[in-house]
Amino acid sequence: MTHLDRLENQSIFLFREAQHAFKNIAMPWSMGKDSNVLIWLAKKAFGGHIPFPLLHIDTTYEFPEMLEFRDWATKEYDLKLIIKINEEARARGIGYETHDPVTVTHELKSVALQQVLAEHKFDALVTGIRRDEDSTRAKERYFSPRNAQFEWEYKDQPPEFWGQFTTSVEPGEHVRVQPLLDWTEVDIWRYIQKNNIPIPQMYFARDGKRYRSLGCWPITKPVESNAATIEDIIAELQVTKTSERAGRAQDHHERNAMQKLRAKGFM
Amino acid sequence: MHAPLPARTEPQEDAQRLKIVIVGHVDHGKSTLIGRLLFDTHSLPDGKIEQIQKACAAEGMDFEYAFLLDALLEEQEQNITIDTTQIQFRTAARNYVIVDAPGHKEFLKNMITGAASADAAIVLLDAREGLQEQTRRHGYLLSLLGVKQVLVAVNKMDLVDFSQETFNQLEHDYRAFLKPYDIDPLAFVPMSAKHGHNIVKPSDKMPWFSGATLLTALDHLQQPPAPIDRPLRFIVQDIYRFDERRLIAGRIESGQFKVGDEIVFSPDRKRSKIKSIETWPAEPRQTEAFAGQSVAITLEEQIFVERGHIGSHLDHGPVEGRSFSARVFWLHDEPLLVGQTYTLKLATQQVEARLAKVDRLMDSATLAPLNESRSSIGRNEVAELVWQARHPLAFDNSDVIQETGRFIVVQDGRIGGGGVIFGAQYEPAANAVRSAHISWTDDPVSREARIDHFGHRGAVIWLTGLSGSGKTTLAVALQSRLFRKGIAVTLLDGDNLRHGLCSDLGFSDADRSENIRRAAEAARLLAESGLVVITSLISPFAKDRQNAAAISRKAGIPFAEVYVSTPIAVCEERDPKSLYKKARAGEIPGFTGIDSPYEPPVNPVLELRTDLMSKEQSLEHLLRLAEQIAHRDSMPGEELAGFSI
Repeated sequence: MTHLDRLENQSIFLFREAQHAFKNIAMPWSMGKDSNVLIWLAKKAFGGHIPFPLLHIDTTYEFPEMLEFRDWATKEYDLKLIIKINEEARARGIGYETHDPVTVTHELKSVALQQVLAEHKFDALVTGIRRDEDSTRAKERYFSPRNAQFEWEYKDQPPEFWGQFTTSVEPGEHVRVQPLLDWTEVDIWRYIQKNNIPIPQMYFARDGKRYRSLGCWPITKPVESNAATIEDIIAELQVTKTSERAGRAQDHHERNAMQKLRAKGFM
Repeated sequence: MHAPLPARTEPQEDAQRLKIVIVGHVDHGKSTLIGRLLFDTHSLPDGKIEQIQKACAAEGMDFEYAFLLDALLEEQEQNITIDTTQIQFRTAARNYVIVDAPGHKEFLKNMITGAASADAAIVLLDAREGLQEQTRRHGYLLSLLGVKQVLVAVNKMDLVDFSQETFNQLEHDYRAFLKPYDIDPLAFVPMSAKHGHNIVKPSDKMPWFSGATLLTALDHLQQPPAPIDRPLRFIVQDIYRFDERRLIAGRIESGQFKVGDEIVFSPDRKRSKIKSIETWPAEPRQTEAFAGQSVAITLEEQIFVERGHIGSHLDHGPVEGRSFSARVFWLHDEPLLVGQTYTLKLATQQVEARLAKVDRLMDSATLAPLNESRSSIGRNEVAELVWQARHPLAFDNSDVIQETGRFIVVQDGRIGGGGVIFGAQYEPAANAVRSAHISWTDDPVSREARIDHFGHRGAVIWLTGLSGSGKTTLAVALQSRLFRKGIAVTLLDGDNLRHGLCSDLGFSDADRSENIRRAAEAARLLAESGLVVITSLISPFAKDRQNAAAISRKAGIPFAEVYVSTPIAVCEERDPKSLYKKARAGEIPGFTGIDSPYEPPVNPVLELRTDLMSKEQSLEHLLRLAEQIAHRDSMPGEELAGFSI
């Protein structure tokens, strides 16, 4: 079995454990490369069907190309899609024009997520986070409980081993299920390449720049790159020493910004 | 200060990634070693070192390699690695993931979480301090967790003047300690993480050492192969019917199968041939599958298969049994108690099992067997225990098939500890399951024999309350939950009784009393045969319910009165059978709550307001009550405390 086969089989195992353990699952979808890999793996886990809805937290600062991709892929994969905007925060004038990126990210992503969880009473979210993205994500579990305030108790996490997970939740709590935890950025690209998985074109270089990680347009910067194909991207990643989320402003707004965001419910 | 290394060369594209865990006593230098490995293999992102150096300067601290890891603020404050974290680095040979597991005793659960998934382990030892509590404990745990490839790094050699004698003594002592646990370290490396001796480059301070440096020793490790050559164990995760197919989804833990193979599903031992292996996308068609693969299959015959079943070939099946011995490590604050029933999860099986006895307890510091007799296992202790499950399950000895030879124990909805099974007999154990039925022969069947057979005693749970209060909904759900937990359970429903056993009775007060008496006698008979009986009857009169309780208790059967006390306004609003509407219209005379009284219980063991609690919450209370009342060690007639809410 190759390395990618091992990762794929482990992810499918996790998807199926989640489907058994929880009554009301949703899978957040940013249309980014990782969440498109998640869709692919879910199809594999459930014989070509995805038995739960996808969830797009629309910050209203989405790149138009991403929305175009969303609408195309929803049809292509026959997805059940829930779109959620934190209308209340937008009405209060929360936006990148007037507020700092940590505040906006918290309001338009984390709070929007809390709202949609409460509305639909989801007890589990399947997320595409990976351990190699960030040092706080490195400490995650495959099944990671969040309390009713959405807080992550990263100092006192339940143990997890032998393919057994935390699956019980009290009302209002939910569990983050993270099938891509062991994958790396390069793994994701090799898997996309191997299976020909559709992704937005913004990942590929145009005019000497490409997006390595995609978020809200006002705070997402492209990197210098001439990588126009997946082969180019993989070659580029072999030599780069820049971190994947370097172009994501909310991570770097203040010291420990990512940790603070994540403790309050950010993915 | 550091000699530059040749530029990084890249590992082969599909080179395996090796997951290594670094364990050992707190302060023996793990974080420093990892920081060093990252630095020396050029595996840090640009700016990381500068960032940490700046942070150190801001806090007035000297730079240390350990800080490269401790990206979280709390860790820098405490100087302890709180949770396992995973770090990638690469050498010319391959990619590595380092699991940094905390050495502090407080964080054993995190060390286990990290180590359980590792392909290999480095045990770090401080040359000055030698074998400490965690050095021993972690060595033993690596053996329980099944990590076979172990390297021992003897750190801080600079602080013992690079003494060969000290190193040799440590190697001798630790090998002797690990030998009984079947761990044979592949190498001992004398080194200094802080100063970079024998990490990447051989040390000029220890010319007496001719072995490989730590990195070279790592590069010589192998990825443990998937157990393809072992007997087949296909663990069933779920059955899917998303389309016209009935897919049996699961993972092959060991062995392999192909389309056409005959498979037996344990513990029920139903057999069928594999019709197909279903994939998405459907092409190319898959005809065989191997250990490590998550697959979905269809079967030739429509046999009963469910989550928890283990598929195997006809020969070399797993053990089936209710009793087994296991080495258990306990991680939860609440101690593990002899006589208590716990939920165990083994592969995808979930069973209720009683901790029957402690066979052997180990001293937590030295791991030497203790002679004291104990009825509880505290946090971070290890012991050999005997478990008695409520119903048969399929399992292996962990030295035969690791993946189906180990289980976790649930405490308060979390993983409380883990155990690995040993000493089970493959053939005789299967016979033992069959012999459990021998008690149904010529001899009179004693109550004790029935309790042994079912794993619990018979009991009556009497649900009373108005029409529409939720009795039957709860009774049906309770029955289903108990049944799935392996408890022999049945339901006596008022409506059904009136169609048969009590079809000659009307609704006069006298007939109502007789109706309850017959129900109570039937419940007693069934409970005497070993079943947990749930009744769902309005039973409006206190006198009749007292009589029902007396019938059971006289026969030595525990009886629990549960009052489903949903207010009449709510019941009438629900009115599932439109009975209230008819009663109000005068079509049903003598309807309880309308023109016939309901006498609420004065002292029920449990009262449930289904209008205030979710069905799930009510069920939780009922399940706890049922577990207590039907527990084999419960005393019939004993007061049930703590259930009024």
